[in-house]
Amino acid sequence: MGHTIHPSYQRPAVEFVGVHKWYGGFHVLKDIHLHVGAGERVVVCGPSGSGKSTLIRCVNRLEEHQRGVLRVHGVELTSSPVQNGRVRQDVGMVFQQFNLFPHLTVLQNCTLAPIWARKLPRGEAEAQALALLEKVRIADQAHKYPGELSGGQQQRVAIARALGTNPKVMLFDEPTSALDPEMVKEVLDTMTALAADGMTMIVVTHEMGFARRVADRVVFMDCGEIVEVDAPDAFFTAPRHERARQFLGQLLH
Amino acid sequence: MTMRIDAGVKPVEGSSPIGKRLAAIVGSPFNAALSLSVAILLAVVGWQFLRWAVIDATWTGGAEACKTHTGACWPFLRVNARLMFFGVYPEWALWRAEVSLALIVAVIIASMAPWAWGWPLALGWVATPAVVCLLMSGVLTSTPVATNDWGGAPLTLLVWMIAFAGSFVVAIPLALARRSRLGGLRTAAVVAIELIRAVPMLVTLYVSRFIVPMMAPGLEINLFVSVEAALVLFVASYLAEILRAGFQALPSGQFEAAQALGLSYFRAVQLVLLPQALRAVIPALVNLGIGLLLSTPLIAVIGMTDFLSAVRVAAAQEQEWPRCYTVAYLFAGGVFFSVCFAASRYSRWLEKRLRAAGHS
Repeated sequence: MGHTIHPSYQRPAVEFVGVHKWYGGFHVLKDIHLHVGAGERVVVCGPSGSGKSTLIRCVNRLEEHQRGVLRVHGVELTSSPVQNGRVRQDVGMVFQQFNLFPHLTVLQNCTLAPIWARKLPRGEAEAQALALLEKVRIADQAHKYPGELSGGQQQRVAIARALGTNPKVMLFDEPTSALDPEMVKEVLDTMTALAADGMTMIVVTHEMGFARRVADRVVFMDCGEIVEVDAPDAFFTAPRHERARQFLGQLLH
Repeated sequence: MTMRIDAGVKPVEGSSPIGKRLAAIVGSPFNAALSLSVAILLAVVGWQFLRWAVIDATWTGGAEACKTHTGACWPFLRVNARLMFFGVYPEWALWRAEVSLALIVAVIIASMAPWAWGWPLALGWVATPAVVCLLMSGVLTSTPVATNDWGGAPLTLLVWMIAFAGSFVVAIPLALARRSRLGGLRTAAVVAIELIRAVPMLVTLYVSRFIVPMMAPGLEINLFVSVEAALVLFVASYLAEILRAGFQALPSGQFEAAQALGLSYFRAVQLVLLPQALRAVIPALVNLGIGLLLSTPLIAVIGMTDFLSAVRVAAAQEQEWPRCYTVAYLFAGGVFFSVCFAASRYSRWLEKRLRAAGHS
């Protein structure tokens, strides 16, 4: 299952070893074992409340785990703020609600972390940010404020912003769930292009078409546990667990 | 289609703006009677005021001319302008007070333009009070002026400016501590805020001026310093609550996004949370600024000659200028009103502008 890296990838990027997390008395992550290889694309799915968002939010320590070991490129996540700051620059995150900074222009959103966290000179940071905005095909909007853009455009800016710290791993927390249907494709296309560049990606999504096309493995979670880890073809055609079958059945209807 | 909509809202009698107002004024016998009595009252009061302010008033000449009229003595304002604006500040050094006043007003006006917001302006808020203090005290020249002789509008504005700017320095950490996850820090902030807010400003001033020096014998505390300390703490306790509301209005995703980008807590606050929180509470900030300005006359009770007390000193020249209290206080009220009214119009304009720019 998740205990080993996918055979096509050599080095581990993210390792969960027996990770547990509680919210008060609620056991939200139960004994998670998952090894994501460098360059691997993993899609995490499952019913709402299954702990999938919590799982990826532990990777950049927006949430703390209470037991077990969690490593990102060999660095163990602890309560040290300095170390977490370093890990967070290696891990980019894209949120469901975009979370762009509304008081800053698109370009300023993208240069904030490079200037203040990576200490790049402003000119260099701007050049790099414009290149990234070009990559997500939105450089022409660089001087607008987020409020002036459509949802799909905002999410593409959020992807460019997350790439600004040169992350080795990208986390996506339901990146298309808050979008109007006609804007889902532009965001998924951007993510697909990113995958083609060899980025390590952990994506929480219900876009099963994306999972089929892009994912190396699909992780199915329910009630805080990893129930099934499989190649997308195998998972979608013949899920091994009843809960996964039920979940897929509901998605299709 | 248009026709039908038009027909639907075709004004029936009394539904046009003028008709509606008319209906509110004379719609019923009771309304009509009420309106009539208010109109009569206004006419009587208005006529009395007109007689005092215009018809029976003295417009030219000096103190002697005023004694022959029963109405307002307008020359009083012209002759006493220096005393009212600059208090007992020595005349031979008046230029210092004038330059100080101009400097402070310039910085305040510059602060009103959103495109001027930035580090140079923040520096201006720190540097201007320092420069004004040096200038007013004259310590760099051979002719110093004691703080007790400072007075009038420059003093009021200087006290206001230092208290307002200083309160941000205290209130931002207080507001953050109030929202901290560390229980001890949070409790300490809550206690400090509630303690100071539960006390009238006058008491804060007394404590700072009289109680604190008693508790620290041998410590000579400058009057100006103790006034500012009291005002800063007092205003900060209100400002901290305003800022807390501003921080609370922000979606939690903003801080998470800043964290996820690897920004430290302080950078996240400085670059992401604080600018948005401040924008969200601009009307409350302007209100606080107005409230502080209107409270500055309280510093007179512990011996400072602020603008209002300078006006009172001018009005108290019974021998030379009898019956000039009304003119003097009308003038002081007019000055306070103009400043505060302008500030409140500015706040509305700013809100609209920030919304239009898509900042919020």
